[in-house]
Amino acid sequence: MKNLLWIQGLSCNGNTQSLLNAENPYFYELFQKVELLYHPSFSYRENLQTVLKRIDSDKLKVNFLVVEGAVTSDMKFHRTGNYTIAQILQKLKDKVDYIIAAGNCASFGNIPATLSCNPDVTGLQFRFTQKGGLFPSDFKTKSGYPIINIPGCPMHPAWFTQTIIALLEGRKIVLDSFNRPKELFMYLSHDGCIRNEYFEWKVEGEEFGHKEGCLFYNLGCRGPMTHAPCNKILWNGISSKTRAGMPCIGCTEFDFPLRRNYFETKKNIGIPEEVPLGVTKRAYLTITGVAKTFKNERLNKKLEETD
Amino acid sequence: MSKIRKLTKEERKKEIVKVACRLFAERGYYNTTIPDIAEELGMSVGNLYNYFRSKEELAKYIMQYSSKLLGEEIHKINQQDIPTKEKIYKIVRKFFEIGQEQPELIEYFLRVFLSNREVFEEGCEGFLCVQEVVTELMLFLEEGARKGDFRQQDFFPAFVTLMGPLGGMVFLQGENVLPKEPVEYSQELAENIWRALKAD
Repeated sequence: MKNLLWIQGLSCNGNTQSLLNAENPYFYELFQKVELLYHPSFSYRENLQTVLKRIDSDKLKVNFLVVEGAVTSDMKFHRTGNYTIAQILQKLKDKVDYIIAAGNCASFGNIPATLSCNPDVTGLQFRFTQKGGLFPSDFKTKSGYPIINIPGCPMHPAWFTQTIIALLEGRKIVLDSFNRPKELFMYLSHDGCIRNEYFEWKVEGEEFGHKEGCLFYNLGCRGPMTHAPCNKILWNGISSKTRAGMPCIGCTEFDFPLRRNYFETKKNIGIPEEVPLGVTKRAYLTITGVAKTFKNERLNKKLEETD
Repeated sequence: MSKIRKLTKEERKKEIVKVACRLFAERGYYNTTIPDIAEELGMSVGNLYNYFRSKEELAKYIMQYSSKLLGEEIHKINQQDIPTKEKIYKIVRKFFEIGQEQPELIEYFLRVFLSNREVFEEGCEGFLCVQEVVTELMLFLEEGARKGDFRQQDFFPAFVTLMGPLGGMVFLQGENVLPKEPVEYSQELAENIWRALKAD
C-alpha cells in the first residue's frame, strides 16, 4: 500500500479540519487506500522525528508528502524539534514521489507570507505570483511533477482526495500555470453559481445572505475571476459561499491576501476595475449596458413572490 | 467602363443618413416622409426601402451610425499613451470637429433624437443606440480614476460633466448665439471639464 506523510509549517490547521469533512471517500476510507504514516493532529503512536530518521536512513520510502502551511527557514517562526520546516523539506524533497501543497499557505504563502517582520515566509514553489518559493520553479519530485498545489483557504476536502486517488490509480494529472490540477481549477467559482441569472441581467445584490441578486458589482464577489470549482463540488455537499449570499473572496488564487476590502468591489467612477476573466473591459461594459437597459421582471422580485 | 465607381451599400447608406438627417432636422421627424427623402436623394422610393424597411428603422440607424462614428474616434483617443488632461482636450475637439464636418448629425441629435423620444422607445431605449460612445467614455473615466487623475464618484455625474458642456455648446450654436465656432472653444472647455473632474 502506498503511504502518505503529512507535515505542517505555519498553519491554522484549517486544511486538516477541512479534510475531516471529506465525503466519498470519507477521511477513514481515504486512509484505507493509502497508509497514513504521520499527521500532527491524529498520530499518537508515531513520532515525526522517528519517521524522519527512518526516511533519512532509507528504511522508509514515502509516496505522498503533504505539506500544510507556509514555510520558513527561520527557527523563531517555526520549528519541529531541532529542525525548521524548510530543513525538513530539504531532507525529504528528493526522497518522495509526490509533494502536495494542501491549502493556499503551502501553495502560495498566503497570510503568513504577508508578515513583514519575516520576509522569508513563502509557499513551497510560489510566493504569491512569483515563481519559486522554498523550491525553485524548475524543481520536480521523483514522479516528474512539480509541487502539486491544491489551494483554498481552506482547500475543499474533495479536491484533495480526488487528486490523491487519481495519483494512486496512476492517472496523469494536468496542471495549470500555478501548478493546480486543471481538472479542478479550470472552473471559476462563478461557474454553476445559482445567481448567474442575476449576473447576466445585472440585478445587483445590496446585502449579504439574501437569496436574490448578484454579489459581483457591489459586494466584492471574486467568482468571475477565481479558479475554483466551489459551485461544482459543493461544500459539505450542499452549498457554497455565493449560494448562501456570501461573496467569493478568491481564496484559491495566488494573490488572495494581497487585496483589501474583501466585501467591496473596487470601482473607478462607478465602473468595476476588474472584469470577469475572458472578456475585455470594453466588451464587458457593452454587454452590461445592454443588459441594464432591459428588465427581467422575475429577477426584480423576491424569489418567494415570483410566479 | 464607367469612371464613376458604384457606391457600396454602406457608402449608399451613409448618403441616405446625411440627407435624411438634414431633412428630419429641418422639417421635423413627422413632417418628413420616405418619399421626401428618396426625392432629395434622387432615388426611387422602392429602392430606398431596400436600405431601410421603415422611417423608424432609418431614424434609429442614424443614431447607431453617429454613435459608432464618435465611439470609434474616442476609442482611438483612449488607446493613446497621453495624459488624461490631453485626452479630454482631444475628445472635446473631436466632438466639435465631427459637428463641423457633419452638422446634420448634431442637428439630428438635438432636434429629433431628444425631441421625439417616442420614436426611439423600442430598440433604442436606454443607451442601446449610443452604446459605443457610452462604453468608450466609461473606459476613459475608469482609467482616469484608476490612475488617480480623476476624483472618485458615481458614473453619471462624471458622464454628464464631460458630455453636458459639449451638448450645451452645440445647442448654443444651433441657436445662432455663438460668436465663434464651437471647436474654437475646445481648449477652454477642456480645461473646465478637467478642473471639474480632476482629483484634488
